[in-house]
Amino acid sequence: MFEGKSGVLLVGGLGFFAFAFLSNAVVPMLMYRDLPEQTTAELVAKNSNLMYQFEELSYRYPEQFKQHFGEPTTDQCAEALRLGRQIYVSEGCWHCHSQFVRPVSREEDRWGPVSATWEYQNELQRPVMFGTRRVGPDLCREGGRRSNDWHAAHFYRPKLTSAASPMPEYPWLFDGAPDKPNRRGLALITYVQWLGSWLESYPDYEAYQPLAERLKEK
Amino acid sequence: MIDTQRATTPVADDLLVDRRLVASYFVAALVFMGISLLAGMLMALQLVHWNPLRGIELLSPGRWRMIHTNAIAYGFLANAFLGALHWAVPRLTLRPVLSQSLSWFIFAAWQFVVLATALGIVVGPTLQANVPALQNLRWSLGAQGLEWGETPTWIDPLALAGLLLVAVNFMAPIMQATGPLYVTLWYFLAAFVWTFLTYAMGNFLPQYALAGTSAGAVGGLFIHDLVGLFVTPLGWGLMYYFVPILLRKPMWSHALSLVGFWGLAFFYPLNGIHHFLYTPIPMFLQHGAIISTVAVEMVVLTVIINFFATLRGSGREIVTNLPIRWFYTGMVYYALTCLQCAMQTTLTFQALIHFTDWVVGHAHLVMFGVFSMWLMGIMTYLFPRLWHTPWYSPALCEWHYWLSAGGMLVMATDLILGGVFQGFYWASLAPWEVSVDGSQPFWIVRVFAGLAILGGQICFFYNLYMTWRESRALGARPLEAAAPLGTAAN
Ligand code: HEC
Ligand code: HEM
Repeated sequence: MFEGKSGVLLVGGLGFFAFAFLSNAVVPMLMYRDLPEQTTAELVAKNSNLMYQFEELSYRYPEQFKQHFGEPTTDQCAEALRLGRQIYVSEGCWHCHSQFVRPVSREEDRWGPVSATWEYQNELQRPVMFGTRRVGPDLCREGGRRSNDWHAAHFYRPKLTSAASPMPEYPWLFDGAPDKPNRRGLALITYVQWLGSWLESYPDYEAYQPLAERLKEK
Repeated sequence: MIDTQRATTPVADDLLVDRRLVASYFVAALVFMGISLLAGMLMALQLVHWNPLRGIELLSPGRWRMIHTNAIAYGFLANAFLGALHWAVPRLTLRPVLSQSLSWFIFAAWQFVVLATALGIVVGPTLQANVPALQNLRWSLGAQGLEWGETPTWIDPLALAGLLLVAVNFMAPIMQATGPLYVTLWYFLAAFVWTFLTYAMGNFLPQYALAGTSAGAVGGLFIHDLVGLFVTPLGWGLMYYFVPILLRKPMWSHALSLVGFWGLAFFYPLNGIHHFLYTPIPMFLQHGAIISTVAVEMVVLTVIINFFATLRGSGREIVTNLPIRWFYTGMVYYALTCLQCAMQTTLTFQALIHFTDWVVGHAHLVMFGVFSMWLMGIMTYLFPRLWHTPWYSPALCEWHYWLSAGGMLVMATDLILGGVFQGFYWASLAPWEVSVDGSQPFWIVRVFAGLAILGGQICFFYNLYMTWRESRALGARPLEAAAPLGTAAN
């Protein structure tokens, strides 16, 4: 068995692979089967924080917004979220930014509540955007932390807002100036503002307590 | 096995091995290696604020970072492995692969898959944004959001079909062999099955069937299995083949070979979740992954012991025999990565180093320090045999080795150390910029280490080009001419 074809193919090749798949993938699938996966429309429908930001975009950049999304309806917002995620993936933002707060290394103090499973059970986490590397900070509590125009300026040229930032520039998300985000720019800002907007503690900075005090409580 | 090989005459050998095909795979692999290095350089320069090509959509560093890793995995490693398999499998089984025309078809199809992946990642998003007909597509033309699986979704089925053909083509001669198989063939057989299954699992489940945490678990399995069940078995399989041939003696212990293979087969697939420790994936699964990672450490140790025991008594070959030096350097780096892994898999270390450059150091050490080193050794050994021409310049071969091995050592040390610093900066709750500024010295050293590695490969490319020209000028020459590098023209 150990040196023959059938052993190698059936036991090693198929058997052990199947065992690992059952124990490491099917077990969590079964554990979370009762947490339904939400569609983007459902995510938007219940989320007034996000709609607030989306409407804000339509006031701040009326011409661009009208041209690319028309009215700030929930349907349009869902559309923008999907597109925003697509850009987040295809520009490789997720190779420099993670989307989960770990229960260690004082990450709660830096970013807010530790990430939980239910936060990821939705269409926009398909595939899940945990991320692999933090050149920049974690983004899963980013929503509401900065204003829309901060993000616009930052995406246009990160050094405008963060002098020593190594983050790449994304001028192709704009029509030539930081106050003219195009369809992709508006969508990406919507996506970033969505991150964490589902939490009670949103926006995270409003629960702000000076660091010294927070650490004392621990 | 090895003895039967000696018995084959060069003529029979040419019927078995399609030398042009092997050489074509190697050249394709090296082209993608070059592209990958330039892409890595772009990201490295971006991080130290020296990127001269900022703000150009088609040079978006994020997109090119994905080219960097994908060109290595599917362009360099896969091509180089396929080339080496076309050499090793027919010679081990004494039978040709299923079909020569199928082999060439796979070659062309695979280059198409890799090039389409690159184009999809770089040009896809731009096309989709600017061509109105594509704007409302529900799916993306660009990268897929899965680490190591960034191949755009529309290419995945093609790649999978390609992997199936590869398996069929190589399994034909292996399945006809009778009696117990040599170690190498265990690894190859299993790798064909695993690669196919891994690719299917990773690219389809998290995209179409699962969301959230369980998709994360599958993603972890995928990242890990791609390294552990595609790259690792093919790499070790080739080492079990080439090392005994080059040292002209059998492996030290067959029992350890058995332990190594079956240990890898059982424990490696169980490791996946160690990529996502402290995520919402259930803690008991994380513990399970950590324990099986420790088991893999032990297994790997037995394999390394076996190879170093085989070297005993032939130690001088490290100095005189360049391919052997490549192989054993790779094994030393392998031991180092495993030592590193023994630390980083613990929850204690994870808390500090996850998401930092420590992991990036680990990735470079494994992918370049180990597997690319082995493949470079194999190429150094085989090209003279493929073209019946000795290397144009053995000195350039040495430069290739020293710049690669040295650059790698500097890069890995630098990134691993940098990762520890980043971990402490973050835990200190200093503003984020402090960690970015504090990383600069490490990132700058990485640029120069990268230049050394790049320089080493350029030596190789040039040497190869000149050797090729000589082979054209001289016409076919007897095999013995290849002897100066890599001993015994078997
Ligand atoms: C090379 C790595 C890199 C890439 C790629 C990258 N970023 Fe960043 N990002 C950073 C760094 C470093 C910072 C911190 C400095 C700063 O604010 O610019 C940052 C900061 C940010 C912030 C501000 C976080 C805060 O509140 O302080 C946001 C939002 C952000 N990035 C989003 C993105 C998006 C969206 C993309 C993809 C289009 C992206 N990043 C791509 C490195 C990167
Ligand atoms: C010119 C030499 C090279 C340079 C400058 C370089 C640079 C880089 C950079 C900047 C990153 C991104 C790191 C980050 O996100 O912080 C990266 C990632 C990576 N590189 Fe390279 N690289 C080089 C050579 C190689 C080689 C030869 C290989 C493999 C054979 C390789 C494999 C990888 C892998 C696997 C990653 C992903 C790491 C991860 O996500 O954890 N690189 N490289």
